[in-house]
Amino acid sequence: MSTEAIRLDGVEKSFGAVRALAGVDLVVAVGECLGLVGHNGAGKSTLMHVLAGALLPDAGRLTVGGAEPKAQWSAAASQAAGIRCVFQELSLCPNLSVAENARITHASLRGFGWKGRARALICAKLDEIFPGHRIAPDDEIAHLPIGQRQMVEIARAFTVTSAPLRLVILDEPTSSLDAVAAGQLLSYIRKETARGTAIILISHILGEVLATSDRIVVMKDGKQVAARPAQAFDRSSLMAAMGSDLKEVEARGDRRQSPKADSAVVVRASPQREGGGGELVVREGEIVGLAGLAGHGQTRLLLQIFAGQADIDRPVAFVAGDRQNEGVFNLWSIAENVTVASLRSLIQRGFINVAAEAKLARAWRERIGIRTSDMGRNILTLSGGNQQKVLFARALASDARIILMDDPMRGVDIGTKLEVYAMIRAEAAAGRSFLWYTTELDELTHCDKVYVFWNGKISDSIEAADFSEQRVLRASFAESGT
Amino acid sequence: MTNPRLLRAALPFLTLAFVLTATFYVQPRTMSYFGLNLMLQYAVPIALATIAQMFIITVNDLDLSIGPFVGLVGVIAATVLNSNPVLGASALMACVLAYGVVGALIHVRNLPSIVVTLGLSFVWLGIAVMMLPSPGGKAPAVLKAIMTVQTPYVPFPILAAVAIGLVVHLALMTTSFGVVARGAGGNPKALDRAGWSMLGTKVVMYMLAGLFGLLAGLALLGLTTSADAHVADRYTLYSIAGVILGGGEFIGGRINPIGAVAGALTLALAGAFLIFLRISPDWQIGAQGAVLIIVLALRALAGSREKSS
Repeated sequence: MSTEAIRLDGVEKSFGAVRALAGVDLVVAVGECLGLVGHNGAGKSTLMHVLAGALLPDAGRLTVGGAEPKAQWSAAASQAAGIRCVFQELSLCPNLSVAENARITHASLRGFGWKGRARALICAKLDEIFPGHRIAPDDEIAHLPIGQRQMVEIARAFTVTSAPLRLVILDEPTSSLDAVAAGQLLSYIRKETARGTAIILISHILGEVLATSDRIVVMKDGKQVAARPAQAFDRSSLMAAMGSDLKEVEARGDRRQSPKADSAVVVRASPQREGGGGELVVREGEIVGLAGLAGHGQTRLLLQIFAGQADIDRPVAFVAGDRQNEGVFNLWSIAENVTVASLRSLIQRGFINVAAEAKLARAWRERIGIRTSDMGRNILTLSGGNQQKVLFARALASDARIILMDDPMRGVDIGTKLEVYAMIRAEAAAGRSFLWYTTELDELTHCDKVYVFWNGKISDSIEAADFSEQRVLRASFAESGT
Repeated sequence: MTNPRLLRAALPFLTLAFVLTATFYVQPRTMSYFGLNLMLQYAVPIALATIAQMFIITVNDLDLSIGPFVGLVGVIAATVLNSNPVLGASALMACVLAYGVVGALIHVRNLPSIVVTLGLSFVWLGIAVMMLPSPGGKAPAVLKAIMTVQTPYVPFPILAAVAIGLVVHLALMTTSFGVVARGAGGNPKALDRAGWSMLGTKVVMYMLAGLFGLLAGLALLGLTTSADAHVADRYTLYSIAGVILGGGEFIGGRINPIGAVAGALTLALAGAFLIFLRISPDWQIGAQGAVLIIVLALRALAGSREKSS
């Protein structure tokens, strides 16, 4: 048996004039966890789609387990070769149950009693990877929160029936998981590689990649630019290899000085929960972080404020983190996606002033750096990070003074993040207020104040001066204050 | 508080029970074997057409040609099938195959199903009118015998409706093929990535729709005994309304076969109920529309409670 799980030699792929993959050579050994990092648009997603059989390379050679694939490369051939992908946009059928979704990827789950086997298969894997997951096999996917959906998707990729498991590709697997589930997954990865499964881990959370991978490959402009054992990298050398000219210090927020204790209160809200859930206060020009484990009431509070069930005296805008479902208008152009929240101010004599609309869209392309040559193109031509920029531009272009952000940086590359952080700080300085729910502890350092949620209520509120990750973690598990 | 999800699932049956009770109240004589038989006999072809429509809706399409298709089947069965059984049977088979071809065309060329089937509805109607310009023909004796069979204790239409609902429920909701078919409506991209053929799935679903449209046409002919190209023109809307009344949704592969049959029964009963109320036929379509709107409003209400809970 070959020690190579998969090998790519000189694989190329172009979309029109864009060279997404410019000759990639990649080897993943049996039982190896390979970290794959790079900016959005570096070609990671295209590479994944080639491995998954969703795209055919224009040139180059692909060998699986040391042998050329027998049949024409396709999604079915990739499945049969034991390659599984957890894509960033979830590929579960929302109308089916957890067990039925397991059936979708396992052609052999058929005939009499298939459902019982599917239930047992997916439950065993969920129990193994995410102990204490509280997901039932007959739950319909649409009724599960996004974090649990991602757990199902991940567990499904690791289930084995007829085809052997050779390689699992995880694309931003922890983006919607809370810290506990993410930790469970990362330790499971080490267990699974010990059994001989190869894993490709794509993540923008560099600490995760550094801690979990055996080897790290850095991609840039459709090519592999560095490949070294994980120990040979650290955060800054990894960033340097990605070609990011931004210093690491900027990734963390500076301790903000001016506690705007004297400015006007713009939001006063309490989580709607029996027995009181604490109170949240936002002042003009403040950046307020909402922290805690995913699904403990942060999003619900944002929606409650957005729905007006709180004391607010400024217009409000919402920046969705679940881009596919709540954010972008799939069929609209980039420009239309930016201006949709500002249409009222663009109306002239009962009609939308098209010239003014285009001007507004162009202005925001410059201000927030949306990478496209033509704002008239469809929104889906943009990478995930750029789509998220469009959602920020939509909120900031409107007349809203209070911006609610629902974990907006899911699966966004570090370069984009730094640009957005700077923009949020500039807007706050100009008097806008931000409520920012985030699952990444690093991002809380940008906030003037942090409220930690536990079980639907606020379990701690931390001023910037007293901020520490330990305190957030303690409050996330409700160890303090109670 | 009742579970809103349960309430939503029960809504098609509650609606049916309500309409049935109201009919019994207005016209107590219907509460008998013959009363039910008479009121519900036309529910059988409507239920079959509704199931046909449901197969199409499962894969996120819509069939605006099912009514004229049912009419065409009746015309073929009342004319050619009598004079030349082999030719007639092949013509009916060709109709089902045509559905498969249409499904493939819609998928491969990525056409909107509404437009294609709307155009197709005129094709079906045109062929039927050419074959039988004025009502006539004669139903094969077998069909008449089946549709007027007197089953013991429970009227035939009720047994038939239950059987149709159960068979389709088993096929779509519990088999491993059914999962793939519904998955094709829920997330076509995911299905494609998992290595399934979307084309194959769509063709199978369209052919199943054709098959049930065929059965609907034969069942209707067995009741009317003579054919008319226009006899089932209303079935297009009935079938869509039946699926939606039964708890199905236009997109997302969310369907409920037993509910769809209940929806078809409700529509058939609502027609009889309005006659008993002596509402003039001119107003009946409007009244049926009102029933539909009320039920859908109730469902939306249940849905919003489901979300908030």
